[in-house]
Amino acid sequence: MRALVIGTLMHAKHMSRSPFEVALALVIPVVQATMAVHLFRAGDEPHRLLEAAVGAGLMGVWASVLSGSGGAVQNQRWLGTLEMIMMAPRRPVTVLLPITTATAVTGTYALLATLLWGRLLYGIPLDVARPYAFLAATVACVAGLGMFGLLLASTFVLLRNANALANPLDYPIWLLSGMLVPISVLPSWTAPIAAALPTTWGARAVREATVGGPVWPSIGVCLALGTACLLLGAYCLTSFERRARAAATLALS
Amino acid sequence: MGSEYAIEADGLRRTYHTRTGWLRPRRTEVEAVRGVDLTVRRGELFGLLGPNGAGKTTTIKMLNTLLIPTAGTARICGFDVVTRTREVRRRIGYVFGGDRGLYDRLSALDNLRYFAELYGVPPHQQKPAIAELLELVGLTGREHERVEGYSRGMRQRLHIARGLLHDPDVLFLDEPSIGVDPVAARELRRTVAGLAANGTTVVLTTHYMAEADELCDRIAVIADGRIQALGTPAELRRRADGRRVVEVEAYGVPDSAISALRGLPGVRETAVEERGTLQLLTVQSDAHLDVQGDVLRELAGVRLGRVNSREPTLEDAYVAIVNAA
Repeated sequence: MRALVIGTLMHAKHMSRSPFEVALALVIPVVQATMAVHLFRAGDEPHRLLEAAVGAGLMGVWASVLSGSGGAVQNQRWLGTLEMIMMAPRRPVTVLLPITTATAVTGTYALLATLLWGRLLYGIPLDVARPYAFLAATVACVAGLGMFGLLLASTFVLLRNANALANPLDYPIWLLSGMLVPISVLPSWTAPIAAALPTTWGARAVREATVGGPVWPSIGVCLALGTACLLLGAYCLTSFERRARAAATLALS
Repeated sequence: MGSEYAIEADGLRRTYHTRTGWLRPRRTEVEAVRGVDLTVRRGELFGLLGPNGAGKTTTIKMLNTLLIPTAGTARICGFDVVTRTREVRRRIGYVFGGDRGLYDRLSALDNLRYFAELYGVPPHQQKPAIAELLELVGLTGREHERVEGYSRGMRQRLHIARGLLHDPDVLFLDEPSIGVDPVAARELRRTVAGLAANGTTVVLTTHYMAEADELCDRIAVIADGRIQALGTPAELRRRADGRRVVEVEAYGVPDSAISALRGLPGVRETAVEERGTLQLLTVQSDAHLDVQGDVLRELAGVRLGRVNSREPTLEDAYVAIVNAA
């Protein structure tokens, strides 16, 4: 646990000092808040603006996790640290989970910033129905997304161009998870996929805490699915790490 | 497991497979290491020398668990590198040369804190261990600065501190002095010698013969994926016994002249080192023949600098071994 906490803090610190990441974190929430406002105003549902802003913020968290998970491995390759961290005498999951968790933690900024920009630019009232549940749901959502990110990152260990795989996953996941558009408007065949994603339940928990609803069951399912992703990711990582050592894909050279 | 040897390698081989193109994929196979056998005693400072692409780094990466050998076996302190990976990793440190391998936007202290945790240094030992290592590598007082502001020498010293955090039995140093200025390189050599004196087994790869000569108890010369020679620096130097070396500084030597030098009676090896506009020609010949006059005759019309005749060094022996491979 100590290794996880210190690892997460160090990686979050490293990521938050990247000028590129900082610039993205400043710009993207404005775009997302604007998009949410105009979408729902056009839909004649101004009373759902806060819900929309929360959804847009969650998209930011997911974008951070996704780019972070793909980048978790790729960035470490660029930095030349991937080999150093993978040859630590620990299970590979203990090494990579802090990185994906750190991306979710730094991604939380996108959620907060989207809400703040929404308030400042468009006057969206921040009347969260259940503030404490909102906090718990956000933490659960971040944890669930971090664990889901680990599952993705495990596959990226094998690939030299991990972000090529990560980028196309951005939109489908937030669409399927109902972060901005309700799942009910999607084709019925998407429902089982959505139900299997921790992102769906995390987003639902945060939304329910915002507008009122049964938050805790959603938090429970989000964490349960996240844990399943963690276990599967841990298994895959051990196997993929060995395959990467056999295929010589850990380093760039 | 108390093995007499820190490192044992038996018939190590490694082949790389690459694929290019999607529609008509072209597969290529490169045999980087073709059967390396070696043993390194505990506390020994062992050098691995060879030209670029000879298989040094691949050998080290198989020994430090980063690559799985295609064939053969290797053990570190008695533990197999493939089947007992975690036990091996607890006992080894790895330091490589160059700018990469550190978290640039973190301070040296944060880098060391993170790796101490990752490498399982007990929490109560982390602070004193980090302070001691910062002192050892001369970074005390600079530990709160971000690594991105460090010079290459400082980064290299931080690499070494990181590699020593968990007090490894075996330390792999892969070209640690690459790009480091002479003063920093001397400090680095002193640090490495101190580690070996304290009982750490060190495997060093380097291109700098003087460094290997000064530090190593034994040296293996690797070329074309195989060990071509193995012995103490003095033993390897004897490979060039019975030879004499003529060094000529020249400008714009044509290839035909170099070919002509190779054909001179008594000449055993020739090498050309480019140093900007200057070329340093090294001609090894049988010691009982004075080829200096013949060499200068072949270079007639070429602008020359200093000409020097001397006894062979470890570098000359190395050139002879590599050229014979």
